[in-house]
Amino acid sequence: MADKTDTMLYLDGVSVSFDGFRALNGLSIIVYPAEMLAIIGPNGAGKTTMMDIITGKTRPDDGEVLFDGRTDLTQLDEAAIANLGIGRKFQKPTVFENQTVWDNLELALKKPRNVLATLFYAMDASDRARLDEILETVRLTARKNDLAADLSHGQKQWLEIGMLLAQDPKLLLVDEPVAGMTDSETVETAKLLKDIARTRSVVVVEHDMSFVRDLDTRVMCLAEGSVLAEGSLDQVSANPKVIESYLGR
Amino acid sequence: MRFRPLQLLMLALALACGLLATAPSRAQDGGADIGALVRAMGEASLRELQAIVSDLAATGDPSVTPSLEALAAGNLYVNDETGAVVIMQRNRMYDPVSEEEIAPVGDTDLSRIRVNNSLRRDIGTALGGLTLMSPNTATRMSAARSMLAARSPDNLPLLEEAIAEETDDAVRRMMNAARAVTILGMPDASLEEKRAAIPVVAQSAGREAATILNAALSTAPEELRPSIEASIAGIERDRAVWGAAQNVWFGISLGSVLLLAAIGLAITFGVMGVINMAHGEMVMLGAYTTFVVQEVIRQSAPGLFDYSLAIALPLAFLVTALVGICIERGVIRLLYGRPLETLLATWGISLILQQAVRSIFGPTNKMVSNPSWMSGAFELGGLTITWSRLWIVVFAIVVFVALLLVLKRTALGLQMRAVTQNRRMASAMGIRTPFVDAMTFGLGSGIAGLAGVALSQIDNVSPNLGQGYIIDSFMVVVFGGVGNLWGTLVGAMTLGIANKFLEPYAGAVLAKILILVLIILFIQRRPRGLFALKGRAVEQ
Amino acid sequence: MITQAILRALDKKAIWLVGILLVIAIAIPAGNLLIPPGQPFHVPAYIVTLFGKYLCYAILALALDLVWGYCGILSLGHGAFFALGGYAMGMYLMRQIGDRGVYANPTLPDFMVFLNWRELPWYWQGFDQFWFAMIMVVLVPGILAFVFGFLAFRSRVTGVYLSIMTQAMTFALLLAFFRNDMGFGGNNGLTDFKEILGFPIQAASTRSALFAATAVTLALSVIVCSMIVNSKLGKVMAAIRDAESRTRFLGYRVEYVKLFAFTVSAIMAGIAGALYVPQVGIINPGEFEPANSIEVVIWTAVGGRGTIVGPIIGAVLVNMGKSYFTGALPDLWLFALGGLFIFVTIFLPKGIVGTFAQWWRQARGPRRDNTTPRDTGASADRPLVAADPQPKPAE
Repeated sequence: MADKTDTMLYLDGVSVSFDGFRALNGLSIIVYPAEMLAIIGPNGAGKTTMMDIITGKTRPDDGEVLFDGRTDLTQLDEAAIANLGIGRKFQKPTVFENQTVWDNLELALKKPRNVLATLFYAMDASDRARLDEILETVRLTARKNDLAADLSHGQKQWLEIGMLLAQDPKLLLVDEPVAGMTDSETVETAKLLKDIARTRSVVVVEHDMSFVRDLDTRVMCLAEGSVLAEGSLDQVSANPKVIESYLGR
Repeated sequence: MRFRPLQLLMLALALACGLLATAPSRAQDGGADIGALVRAMGEASLRELQAIVSDLAATGDPSVTPSLEALAAGNLYVNDETGAVVIMQRNRMYDPVSEEEIAPVGDTDLSRIRVNNSLRRDIGTALGGLTLMSPNTATRMSAARSMLAARSPDNLPLLEEAIAEETDDAVRRMMNAARAVTILGMPDASLEEKRAAIPVVAQSAGREAATILNAALSTAPEELRPSIEASIAGIERDRAVWGAAQNVWFGISLGSVLLLAAIGLAITFGVMGVINMAHGEMVMLGAYTTFVVQEVIRQSAPGLFDYSLAIALPLAFLVTALVGICIERGVIRLLYGRPLETLLATWGISLILQQAVRSIFGPTNKMVSNPSWMSGAFELGGLTITWSRLWIVVFAIVVFVALLLVLKRTALGLQMRAVTQNRRMASAMGIRTPFVDAMTFGLGSGIAGLAGVALSQIDNVSPNLGQGYIIDSFMVVVFGGVGNLWGTLVGAMTLGIANKFLEPYAGAVLAKILILVLIILFIQRRPRGLFALKGRAVEQ
Repeated sequence: MITQAILRALDKKAIWLVGILLVIAIAIPAGNLLIPPGQPFHVPAYIVTLFGKYLCYAILALALDLVWGYCGILSLGHGAFFALGGYAMGMYLMRQIGDRGVYANPTLPDFMVFLNWRELPWYWQGFDQFWFAMIMVVLVPGILAFVFGFLAFRSRVTGVYLSIMTQAMTFALLLAFFRNDMGFGGNNGLTDFKEILGFPIQAASTRSALFAATAVTLALSVIVCSMIVNSKLGKVMAAIRDAESRTRFLGYRVEYVKLFAFTVSAIMAGIAGALYVPQVGIINPGEFEPANSIEVVIWTAVGGRGTIVGPIIGAVLVNMGKSYFTGALPDLWLFALGGLFIFVTIFLPKGIVGTFAQWWRQARGPRRDNTTPRDTGASADRPLVAADPQPKPAE
C-alpha cells in the first residue's frame, strides 16, 4: 500500500471476531488529510465495528491502525484517541439529554480535559463566541437553553455535528448523519460536511444514496468485513459485486 | 454391725480364692465365686479392692461386667446393715451380678464404695480384657480401642489370645495395633519384637500413631530410631495429604452451599440485569418452610419425620417461587431498566420479609432437625464426612444439573437464554419478555427456597439466615460472571475451596477478607467475571 | 481562579442554605446555653446531641449524593468511610483518656491492657495529637477510596457490579474490625471518652460547640459540593452519569473524574464520622454494617438526589422518623424503612426536593435545570438514549 506517513488514517489488514463471528476481515482503508471518504455497505458489513476500532472501543485481533501516519491507535483508549483529534458522531444520536444544548457544546469544546482544569474552568469571551458561531452553523441558536432531550431527532443529529465541530478534530467519523432529517436538512448537512472536509479528513457512513451523491467524493463499499469496491459513486454503483450484495438489481 | 466377724472371714476366703485364681488357667466356674468377690468389695480397702478387681477380671466371666462398670462409675453401694453390695442408678437398686432390680429395703443406710483414679484405670483394663472376648463385634472393637489407649503390658497375653480367635478383620487390625503399641512401650520387649511392631502401629493406630511413635522415640534404643522416625515422617506425609483432601472436601461442601445460594441470583441477574437483594430472604423463607413442615409432622404424623425434607423441598420451592413472582410483578416490573433502583427496592423487600418472619416466628433460632439418614458421619480413609454435608453436595449437583436441563431443553430455558443474550432482539422475535422475567424470577427464587431447605440442615434457622449468605453469593456471581451456569459452578467451588485452604493459615475471618480483596483484584483482569458474555450486545 | 469557582458555587439556593445552617449553628447552642430550662425557647441538651447526630448524617448523605446523584456511582459502602473517620477520631479520644481508664494505664487504652498488650501498636502512635488525628480523618478514608476507586474505575466496573463491590468492601472492614487483634477494641469498639481538646465531652458547652462545628462543616460541605457541581467538572460528572461511554469519546478521562468525586466524597464522609463519634460517645464495628450504608442511600433518595438540599432534608427527616419509630413502635420500624425503600424508588424517584422543584417549575412555566434527572425514564442509571450508542449486536 501507499506510504503511511502522508496519511491521516491508515488501516491495514484489520480483522476482529466476536465469539467466532468475523466482523472485520482483513480490512484496509486509507484516508488522506483534508479528504472525505464515504462508506456504504449492507448491514453487517462492519462499518460500525470499523469505527469502534478506530476510536478505541474495540481492539482488533490483527492488523495495523495508524493515525496521522505514526500513532498506533490499537494501543490507546477512547479518551486518548479523542484527544489526539478524532471525533465521532454515533449512528444513533447520543447527546447529553439532561443538559442544555449550550452545555453539550461546552462539554465538547476543545479545552484541557483533566479534572482540575475542568473544575476551575471559566468560559471566556472567545469561547463564548466560538460556541455562538457553532450554534449558528447547526441552527440551534434559538434553542441553546433547552434541554437536549427536547430536541427533535434531526436537531439532535445537528447538535452532535455541532459537538464534533466544537471538538475541533483532525479526523471526523460520521455515522449515518442524515437519518431522521428532512430533504432540505440533508442537503444542508452535505454542504456542511463538504465544507468541513476542506480542512479536515472526514469519513462518512451512510445508506442514503442521494446524500452520498451530494457529497461528491470517493466512495468505498464494504461487505462482510472487507472492501468490496472503491472509486467514484458511479464506478462503485456500477460494480456487479456491489449490485449483488448491496444495491440490488 | 453384728455381721462384722463373718464378713472378715468372707474377705479372707475371697482373698485366698483370688490368689489362687491368678494362675494362668482362668476359672470359668462360678456364679458363687463372683457373688462372694462382689460382696467382699463392700468392706474392702482400696488396696484390697485392687486385688478383687483383678480377681474378678481373671474369672473372664462377662457377668462381672455390671459390677465393675458400676464400681468405676461410682454407682456401687454397700448396705451398711446387711453388707449386701448393690448397684444404685436413678434411685433404683439392682443386683450387681444378675442385674435384676431389687426392691428397696426400708430406709437402710447405703454407703458408696469409693474408688480412686488408679483403680479406675485398672477397672478399665479389666473390662477391656473381658469385653475382648464378647460375642458382639462392636464391643470387641471398643475393647481393643481402650487397650490401645491403656498400653498396659498386663493386657498382652489377653490380646494375643483374642487376636488368635478374632474373626473380624477390622477388629483384629485394632487388636494388633493395641498389641504393637503395648510392645513398643514395654521396656523388656526384644528389639525384634519392637521393630516388627513399628509398621503395625504406623498403619493401624489411626490418628494417634504419630503421638505413640513419638512417645516411643524418646525411650527407644538407638537402633530403632531411624525406622521409627521414617514411620513418623510417613505418617506426617499421609496426614498432610489427608489434611489437604479434608480441606478440599470442606471447600466443596462450602462451594455447594454457595452454589445453591448463588445460582438463582445468577440467572435473575443474567436474564434481567437486576440484583435481587431479597434473595437471601428467599433462602430464609425456604428454611422456615422446612421448620413449619417439621413442626406439622412432629405434631400430626411423627412416623413421617424421615420424609420431612422430601415434603419440604417442593413446598419451599413453591412458596418462594410464588413470593418471587409477586415481587417481580409488584415491584421490579415497575422499575424496569433502572437496575440500581431495583437493588434498593429489593433491599426494602428484604427488610420487610425479615421483620415479618421475626414478628411471626420470633427472633430466636428455630430447631430444624436432621432426619436420621442425614445425621452422623462416616470415615473415608483419613476423611471425616458428615452425612448432612454429603447430601448437600449431592443435592447441589442435582439442582445444578436440573437447572442446566431446564435451560437447555425447555422452551422457557431457550427464551431465558435468548433474553439474557439480547433482550431487544428476543422481544422483537415475539418472546414475551415480561413473562420470561416473571418466570425467571420465580425460578431463581424457588431455587433459593431449595437452598434454604438444605441450609436448614447445617445452619441456624433465624430471620438473619439469608444475610449471612447474600454477600458471598454476590461474590460468586461477580467472580463467575453471568449468562453461564458453569461460571457460577466454577465460581462457587473456587471461592469455597480457596476459603477453606486459607482458613488454617489466616483464620476464618481473615480468609474471608482475603477472598474479598482477591476478588477486587481479580475483576481488574476480568471486570465481567470468568465466563463473561462477549460481543457488543453486553456492553451496555 | 479558585475564588471565581467559589463565587460560582454560591448561587441563590446555596447562599440560603449556608445562611440557614449558620443561623442554626448559633441558635440551637444559644437556646441550650443561654436560655434557662423552663423558658419557652430553651433547647434541651438531648435535642442538641440528637440534631448534631442528624447533621452528621446529613453530611454523609450529601457526600453520597455527590457520587450517586451527580455522577451515577451508587456506593453501598459509604458507611465504611464514615466509620473510618469515626475510628480516627475515636483513637484520639481514647488517647485523651490517659490514666483515667479502669486500668489506669497512662498510654494503653483499657482494652489493650485487658488483652495483655505490652505497648501501643505503631498505628496508634501520634493519635494523642489532635492535628494528627484530624489529618488521619481525612487521609484514611481518602486513601482507601482512592485505591479502591482507582482499581474499580480503571477496570470500568460500573453499575450494579460497582455497588456490590463497595458493599463487599464495607463487609470486609466489618469483619476486620470485629477482630480483637486488629487493635481497635474489637466488638466493643472505642468508648468511655473523657475529653476533647481538654474540654469534658459530656459538658453542655462542649456538646453545643460540637453541634455548631457540625453545622458549620455541613455549610462548608454545601459550598464544596456546589462548587463542584456548578463547575464544568459538574457537567462532566452529569455527562458520565447519563452517558458514560459518550463522555469518553469526547476525550474525558471518565475514571479520573469518578475517582476525584469518589475520593472527595469519601473524605466528606470521614469528616462526618469524626464529628459523629464525640457526640454519640462510641464507635464500634457495627458502623461498618452494609445495612447502614444502604440506609444512607435511602436518606439521599428520599430527600432528592442530584440536589444539594435534598440529601440534607432526607437525612434529617428519615432519622427523625427512625428516632420516633424505634422509640414508640420498634417492631414497625423495619416495615416502615422497607416500605420507604419501595415507595421512594417507585413513586418518588426524584425525592421530595426533586418532585417539589418539578411542581414549582410547572407552576412557573418552563425553566431548565441541568442537575436533576428529567423524569423516571431518564434517571441517573439509564438515560433515555442508551449510554451505548450501538446496542445491537455486530451489525
